[in-house]
Amino acid sequence: MAVFRAMFSRTFSAATSPSLRVCVVGSGPAGFYTAEKMLKAHEEAEVDVIDRLPTPFGLVRSGVAPDHPETKIVINQFSRVAHNERCSFFGNVSLGSSVSLSELRQIYHVVVLAYGAESDRVLGIPGEDLSGVHSAREFVWWYNGHPDLSQLAPDLKNTDTAIVLGQGNVALDVARILLRPPSELATTDIASHALAALKESSIRKVYLVGRRGPVQAACTAKELREILAIKDLYVNIKQDDLQITSADEEEMKNSRIRRRVYDLLSKASSSGQTHPSSGQPELHFTFFRKPDKFLESSDKSGHVAGVKFEKTTLKASAGSGNQIAAGTGQYEDLKCGLVLKSIGYKSIPVDGLPFDHSKGVVPNIRGRVVSSYDVGQPVDGLYVCGWLKRGPTGIIATNLYDADETVASISEDIKKKDPASEFASGREGLLQLLENRKINVVTFSDWEKIDFEEKRLGSLIGKPREKLTNWKDLLAK
Amino acid sequence: MLAPKSLQLGAQAIKGLSRVSHFSKFVAPATIPCVQDGELYSTTATSSADGGNEEKEKISVTFVDKDGEETQIKVPIGMSMLEAAHQNDIELEGACEGSLACSTCHVIVMDVEHYNKLEEPTDEENDMLDLAFGLTETSRLGCQVIAKPELDGLRLALPAATRNFAVDGFKPKPH
Repeated sequence: MAVFRAMFSRTFSAATSPSLRVCVVGSGPAGFYTAEKMLKAHEEAEVDVIDRLPTPFGLVRSGVAPDHPETKIVINQFSRVAHNERCSFFGNVSLGSSVSLSELRQIYHVVVLAYGAESDRVLGIPGEDLSGVHSAREFVWWYNGHPDLSQLAPDLKNTDTAIVLGQGNVALDVARILLRPPSELATTDIASHALAALKESSIRKVYLVGRRGPVQAACTAKELREILAIKDLYVNIKQDDLQITSADEEEMKNSRIRRRVYDLLSKASSSGQTHPSSGQPELHFTFFRKPDKFLESSDKSGHVAGVKFEKTTLKASAGSGNQIAAGTGQYEDLKCGLVLKSIGYKSIPVDGLPFDHSKGVVPNIRGRVVSSYDVGQPVDGLYVCGWLKRGPTGIIATNLYDADETVASISEDIKKKDPASEFASGREGLLQLLENRKINVVTFSDWEKIDFEEKRLGSLIGKPREKLTNWKDLLAK
Repeated sequence: MLAPKSLQLGAQAIKGLSRVSHFSKFVAPATIPCVQDGELYSTTATSSADGGNEEKEKISVTFVDKDGEETQIKVPIGMSMLEAAHQNDIELEGACEGSLACSTCHVIVMDVEHYNKLEEPTDEENDMLDLAFGLTETSRLGCQVIAKPELDGLRLALPAATRNFAVDGFKPKPH
């Protein structure tokens, strides 16, 4: 009630009452950039950012690796947006359970969905549900203290080998966290349960496996340079895998990133030792392997003991200039006790939202949600931004341009039809509804109390922050 | 585009003012340390008795924003273009606040001669430029371009500008 009253009086004490009520669902980079651009473009707009978690900033908090503090500095900018007097953050408000999409659309003139991709693509091969097989997202949420996965407890003690499927930046992140000396992670904001588990970890060998070759590896140079620089690391890249075809050369000519990544891999392959010394951490880049099935342990029923791979070769794909991996019918097994699948995230639809299940995105034209691509008729007042709009790729900055595009579409639509002519209860309406449903709303100032407490706890042990990692603690503030 | 320069500048100033009043929280000096540094610097410069020296310590830099509008500013020697842009309310993003962890302060050096006067980008800067939107041969990160006398007259385009120019049929001037 206190929240409701405070918000109510604040809104009405403003000189002019807002005529454009906007709700942004999701408080990650896509959500906050959208809010920032809406506030800048529309002085009459009041923007409420809701999130299902009690904490804001989405993947900046639960996705960006703990040893990348510079990447998280963008939180300062998002916090300034949240402090704008026309902007509010309401955490612990879940689209679908706290409030439905149709309710939000009644309450607000404009609803922008920016809730990202909180699920995983699956391989659909036998053994995928064996214990010891996790998605990289689960592992990342675990070490970043996401309250939904702080109990994951991956077994890092009964094996010395982990296989990471995929060679993108998330794959490199999880491999780096497994291989870096835990003492170096102790001064980051890594979750304490993860740090404790990593200190006890017996994993010292990580395979990064890709279906295609070094020219097609999806990582970027920064992350690659970083993992190659891990102290005392033995790096194995087979010389044969580095041979390139004219099609590879063509791909590199068109992409500066691919060229630079390939150069780094080549250099790493030719420098360094030929054999690991005993006990040394090892990183193996394994190319041209497609997972065929997960192998079950014979002495530990239900647990993974390895992956069977089919060797691949590159083939030209019809349409795009890129090459695809084709199976050769030759197989190879790799033993391991832990598998992290880093093959892509997937968005989850909510009731009443058009959804393209094959692409895993909401059908949209420049951010305007359409019932389907064939019809192309925009759904009034409903927009998307970020991964839900374009799929789970890109960097934080990609959302800048993405938000620009969505906000430009909103502005065009407002010009055509002034939404202020229709009543929308906006912030008061939402808070009243949540109050009636006894939802414990977490405001931005509540979050600042969590933030303060986390920093205080961290300062006691030389960490920038000690994250609160379970719902109870987060909602106790 | 054909309006006299003075008019354009006037409009710019008004735009700048309204932005400041409505978004004072975005540019609060307390939250952007580099702005404070800059203010310290300029305070010293203005208190100098010799006005001629003050001019020599600053170079002229023109930002071409995403609508093609130009803003000319004076940048003290030693200051990065990211800091200078923020001090002058030029909408250059700086998500990582100059710590070489993002590509949001990407600028395009419009004159190759100026570009060649810059130090070579480091591996770390190149890693970020790899990911910059609308990368060109003369792209740099604004946080890594530091004002020095040889750069006087520097012209920097914000990358969104090139995108919009393309839509409007704008062709960049040949160098």
